[in-house]
Amino acid sequence: MGTYLARRLWQTIPTLGGVILLVFILFNWVGGDPALVLAGKVPDPAQIENIRRQLGVDQPWWVQLWIFVTQVFTFDFGRSWSTNQLVSDVILTRIGPTLTIMVPMLLLETLLAVTLALLVAYVRGSLTDRAVMIVTTVAMSISFLVYIIVFQWLFGYRLTWFPVQGWSGDLWTNLSKYAPLPVMLGVFVSLAPSLRLYRSFFLDEIGSDYVRTARAKGLTEPRVMLVHVLRNALIPILTYVGISLPGLFVGSFLLEMFFSIPGLGREVIDSVNRSDFPVIKAITVYLAMATMLVNLLVDVLYRYADPRVTFK
Amino acid sequence: MAASEGARSPGLWRLAWRRLRQDKVAVVCMLIVAAYLLAMLGSATGLIAADWENEDGVSYANPAFLEGAANLEADASAPGQRKSAGPPVDLSDIDPLAPRYDEWRARTQAAGTVLPQRRETLPLGGDQWGRDVLKKTIKGSEVSILVGLAAALIAASIGTLLGALAGYWGGRVNDLLEWIYNVLTSIPYVLLILAFAAVLGRGVLTIVLILGLTGWTGVYRLMRGEYLKHREREYVLAARAIGVSHVERMFGHILPNTSHIVLVQFSLLVVGFIKTEVILSFLGLGVPVDVVSWGTILSEAQNELVMGKWWQLTVAGAAMAILVTAVSLLTDSMRDALDPKLR
Repeated sequence: MGTYLARRLWQTIPTLGGVILLVFILFNWVGGDPALVLAGKVPDPAQIENIRRQLGVDQPWWVQLWIFVTQVFTFDFGRSWSTNQLVSDVILTRIGPTLTIMVPMLLLETLLAVTLALLVAYVRGSLTDRAVMIVTTVAMSISFLVYIIVFQWLFGYRLTWFPVQGWSGDLWTNLSKYAPLPVMLGVFVSLAPSLRLYRSFFLDEIGSDYVRTARAKGLTEPRVMLVHVLRNALIPILTYVGISLPGLFVGSFLLEMFFSIPGLGREVIDSVNRSDFPVIKAITVYLAMATMLVNLLVDVLYRYADPRVTFK
Repeated sequence: MAASEGARSPGLWRLAWRRLRQDKVAVVCMLIVAAYLLAMLGSATGLIAADWENEDGVSYANPAFLEGAANLEADASAPGQRKSAGPPVDLSDIDPLAPRYDEWRARTQAAGTVLPQRRETLPLGGDQWGRDVLKKTIKGSEVSILVGLAAALIAASIGTLLGALAGYWGGRVNDLLEWIYNVLTSIPYVLLILAFAAVLGRGVLTIVLILGLTGWTGVYRLMRGEYLKHREREYVLAARAIGVSHVERMFGHILPNTSHIVLVQFSLLVVGFIKTEVILSFLGLGVPVDVVSWGTILSEAQNELVMGKWWQLTVAGAAMAILVTAVSLLTDSMRDALDPKLR
């Protein structure tokens, strides 16, 4: 286990290096001279020179790359170009609201999708199954934008069940008052694709020999489905949930924009619109790191979902 | 044997086409997709919806089937409907310009203004400026479908080419490409797009490039696997034995045998990119606001629902949903039709 972890961590180093290189190339080379962005619309040569010295852009590229690498590992990206806040502060204050929305969303969505998929897979080929498949196909082809606009209008404006948008400093108020509508929307939209996917996982398992054997032994249907099929289908499901985990931190850009949630997703959009490069750079690099760690974690979790998996 | 006389056995594509034609859902979907492509071509060549920018109707004109329904905004902008609040105030006794009233009246009448004839209803309603929503949606399909197709073409080409290189050559080439793949996939996809958008700017061409350059990883993964598998097959070894070059083996022999996978992936990418364009345009990172696309139409329509003007949102949303549904169902049918195991 220890050696396995060490080896896996060792393997992520080239990938991490690549991410740093990619972000560096994008923002220090393709993005143009940051001094021009910073100096504003009427650039003054002396001012530009000054900014370039401050940012270290007048240095040769390898020095710049080195500055960037030290920034990554000291968690110090300096200050945001537009609000002058410390980048680390920006990230730390934005992550809370994003998780407040995304964690309930992922839990609810996974629970609902697995339950419904198991039911639909059990009655495969029936009218219900086909109807569900058609409904999900249509539901998946409507734009997320349309769902948000309609839900906000229906539940926020017409029925006034929830506030249309807003956020407070208190976790409990947020969870009970401001989060339900965006969470409901997120669950509703991601349910259709997950349901279809999980159904196909379950169908793969239902066709297996061990299911026939279990039935031949005279096990009850609930036991066959819940203990045998579910346990085996858990491995691909775990992978899928694992892939979507890093997205938890990015949050849903659209939801955060529409519901004025001060989360990471909205911060990224704002930063992109304001050309606030340090913030985007920091978020991109750290999320890539988080993704790699989560992938590693999921691989370790396989061990518990499937005892046949051994660490080589 | 008859086989040598030219009774050729049908190939994969012919068989797939035959199966696809028997699939009613697939036929309907193909017709829908063809209709969209025709509408898009028609609007690109100016045959239909060329006059989409004409402000034919009153502001927020009702759809034709809702003729006479209450519509405050439309009434306010309808010609001849404005009434002054009270009786006209006579200021002629104090106004120093009063002696010239008659002269002005005469000149106004001589000028003879023509009020534009604005229609009260439009087939599927009007937008804020009284433009026909239906024509606008058709015009918008041009950019949306084009972005989807072009970006998917780029992504599928890059994915196929790199997948072929990695799978066929293996070794160092494979290591390098796997590294690039790992780097790109370790950054959450939306964030990757946004990072590119931050440095590349806005515009139709830019958005095509961004989507194409970031979206190839899925195709690459699949094609790499296929090339790994096919590299050792007998037909490739036979080609090698008779001295066929590497390039010819990669793209003349293996590619036709794996191209059905590319086709399925391509149509999935088109659907995905059309949806992404809508969201990026809404966020102000996609096509510019002055270019009409489904994304800009939807973001324009977001505040109209509260005013009770649901038609622009519905028409553009439905136009997109129908196309995406048709392509998705067609993809499913294609996958079944092309699956050699089901033959």
